[in-house]
Amino acid sequence: MTPGSFAVILVHLVVAVLVTPLLIGVMRTVRARLEGRVGAGVWQPWRDLIKLLAKEPTRAPGSTPVLTLAPIVLMASSLVLCALIPLVSTVALASVPGDLFVVVSVLLVGTVSLALLGLESGTAFGGMGSSRHMVIAAMVEPTVLLSVYALSVPAGTSDLAAIVQARVADPISLLNPVSLLAIFALVVVVIAETGRLPVDNPSTHLELTMVHEAMILESGGRDLGWLELGSWLRLTALLGLVANLAVPWGVAPDAAPLSLLVGVGAVFAKLVVLGAVLAAAEVFIAKLRLFRVPELLAGSFVLAFLSVSASYLVF
Amino acid sequence: MSTARLLRLITRTGRVAEPLEPPADGAFVVREGFDVPPALRGSAQVRHVDAGSCNGCEIEVGAAFGPVYDAERVGARLVASPRHADVVAVTGVVTQNMAEPLRNTVDATPNPRVLVSIGDCTRGCGLFAGSYAVAGSVDDVVQVDVHVPGCPPDPRAIVAALRAVTGR
Repeated sequence: MTPGSFAVILVHLVVAVLVTPLLIGVMRTVRARLEGRVGAGVWQPWRDLIKLLAKEPTRAPGSTPVLTLAPIVLMASSLVLCALIPLVSTVALASVPGDLFVVVSVLLVGTVSLALLGLESGTAFGGMGSSRHMVIAAMVEPTVLLSVYALSVPAGTSDLAAIVQARVADPISLLNPVSLLAIFALVVVVIAETGRLPVDNPSTHLELTMVHEAMILESGGRDLGWLELGSWLRLTALLGLVANLAVPWGVAPDAAPLSLLVGVGAVFAKLVVLGAVLAAAEVFIAKLRLFRVPELLAGSFVLAFLSVSASYLVF
Repeated sequence: MSTARLLRLITRTGRVAEPLEPPADGAFVVREGFDVPPALRGSAQVRHVDAGSCNGCEIEVGAAFGPVYDAERVGARLVASPRHADVVAVTGVVTQNMAEPLRNTVDATPNPRVLVSIGDCTRGCGLFAGSYAVAGSVDDVVQVDVHVPGCPPDPRAIVAALRAVTGR
């Protein structure tokens, strides 16, 4: 591994971990302000996280090591995701390819560990949450693959960093219908994958409407802290991917300190703007009935499919 | 409601949260010798348990977390599971059927935890004292750290008690 790619991985991880709770704080504050509330402030997720990580978890008697391991696996998979996705820089990582298929597989590792955690508790809600989560994942993962695949056709590679680089070099391609369709499909599945409205409500207390919350009901203290940070990091990684594919400027083309600094600033600005827009949009929409979620996701799959078909006609 | 109408409503309404006032005297009572755990400074997740209340206190708890009194700004948030919680907020008398679930809820909450009892019924059973369905007041079943008196208590008093926990 070259020193350059090592530095890039380090920057990706540090930026992701530092920015993620702040991003969640900004999203919650935007939502609170639009609802006429004051909100807890943008630093509240940090306070919650520090407190949770200091607390000893209470685990149900008879629980298996899955309860302890699943949060760690989710956290680790999210960190790998943040290292692989070109958030700050498009420097190729020598030993691990930042390939589309690798990224989707790592995403699935986190998804499965969460589903197993839901089943582990043996409660009705945990199992229900897991089954819903897997239904959504089964429709989300192919769409992520297909939509990014459509963008990879003009670039001629499935390496995410190379795709972003190719899009910087050819800004006209950002506005062609193939790219717009693929980005739109990607936005829909990212919203579904990260458990935001209209697929899942992150602030719900009604067990029957929960997807993500239902799976983590039995985790507390440190375990919950890792679960929260792990799922927030997935949001950062996927939003960062969408942002850098849709607006690829500012991403560092090399590992020089100055361009990395510009890259950090650019990704921070893009994440905050995208997060604020997402949070504001959530005020205006209601959660979809669970049986209508497949229609939404199938719609986005069709868009991604059209985008792939069109990309062979255009390029 | 259309998006445009909702947008107009949002801009017209603005902020509905009332300014945060210093707590009134006697808004809440802290158990002697109880110190708020320093780990809970700034952030406290609340699990609310209705142990047999008339639902008067529930309305006030709902109001305390609503937009007007906005307990979220002092760092408190309602959660769906005792395992996520730092504070167990109990309302009402403890009925025969709720004594065991209440003990289980408190046991399922990770340490350090704070037990807040809300309303006069949690101390002395109020109107329901002596009923065959009542196992006792909350004090008889679990150790209460912070008590909010009132029948029902003012949402401001509930926010003040939570603020004493989070220190914000």
